[in-house]
Amino acid sequence: MKYEVTAIALVVALLLALMRAVRGPTTFDRILAVNAMGTIAVLLIAVSGFLTGRPDWLDLALIYALLNFIGTLAVLKFIRYRNLGLDGGLERRHQEEMFPWKPPR
Amino acid sequence: MTFRLATLVVLFSGIWLLWSGYFEPLLLSLGAVSVAITIWLSLRMQLLDRESAPLHLTWRFLLYVPWLLREILLANWAVIGLIIRGRGAISPRWVVVDGRQHHDETLAILANSITLTPGTVTVDVAGRTLLVHAVDAAAADGLLSDDMNRRVAALEVD
Amino acid sequence: METAALILDILSWALLLIGSAACVLAGIGLHRFPDVYSRTHASGVSDTLGVLAILTGLLLQAPSFGVGIKLLMVLGFLWISGPTATHALVQAAWIRGIEPVLGAGPDPFHRDEDGDNTEEVQ
Repeated sequence: MKYEVTAIALVVALLLALMRAVRGPTTFDRILAVNAMGTIAVLLIAVSGFLTGRPDWLDLALIYALLNFIGTLAVLKFIRYRNLGLDGGLERRHQEEMFPWKPPR
Repeated sequence: MTFRLATLVVLFSGIWLLWSGYFEPLLLSLGAVSVAITIWLSLRMQLLDRESAPLHLTWRFLLYVPWLLREILLANWAVIGLIIRGRGAISPRWVVVDGRQHHDETLAILANSITLTPGTVTVDVAGRTLLVHAVDAAAADGLLSDDMNRRVAALEVD
Repeated sequence: METAALILDILSWALLLIGSAACVLAGIGLHRFPDVYSRTHASGVSDTLGVLAILTGLLLQAPSFGVGIKLLMVLGFLWISGPTATHALVQAAWIRGIEPVLGAGPDPFHRDEDGDNTEEVQ
């Protein structure tokens, strides 16, 4: 019973995050919402594993967590550079030249 | 270096054994091969330094975690209150934190601790200065009291 | 049901309910807060309290040692990857030039009427 209640609450949270992803308005709101959906989905997979009496699903939950993290970073990198191929040093120079912020006085 | 390498071999083997849970010769040898490949790749990517494997921090860090946990639970409570009271309750502002840390890995721990605490999120880093977005005055004051900054700086051995 | 199992069951009910509430409230916060920076704080609630409470609630019901260890490892990974992804996200938004909605309070960038932070010579 407790797993069913938790799963329903997680689905509600998932739908709320999905609505934010649809509403936007900026790309970053959408990515934030999708990242939050990923975290909730990991929890939902873990709870479903207990719900169906198959805790082996935790393996899937971990894989989903890894993919969610890598996916978020890849999308962020792509929308910043329109490119996934720049190496670290080049990126840092790119960033320092184009977007400096000065610490306030 | 050798110590780091040995620790990582033990850690990776442990992770393999715990996740697989099978102790048959075939799966154990596959595990040994995966550990060897992972270690080889880490060496090739030059990942085995103090920054990516901060083993020197382990014990002090374990003492820091309970305090951080308490802070996170309190901050969660505050942010949940803000969510319930709605849009008018928040008053976002910038906070600038000068890190007292002397190493990159401890500065990263500070930045991640700030982000992990709901109500404050590290937006950018310039040198040792962190630009933090705080959701209201209470969250900002918590940061400006410098408690977390000092505790993370105390993690450094030297 | 024995007493110990009953207590574990009640504890895990409580933790799972706390976690569910945290996740739903985070979802509500995603709609109530005005910009991407403050929404980050709302999603922080599900990333920390939601994950912690639900996975600990499951941990109390873990049928074996291996399952418990896996739950702890998922918890550890989510707690490290969550803030890292959040930081990458807000930094990307900041670099892209998205300005936060600011309330009353000191503005460290000292913006004046003409929108820059330079001192005007009188």
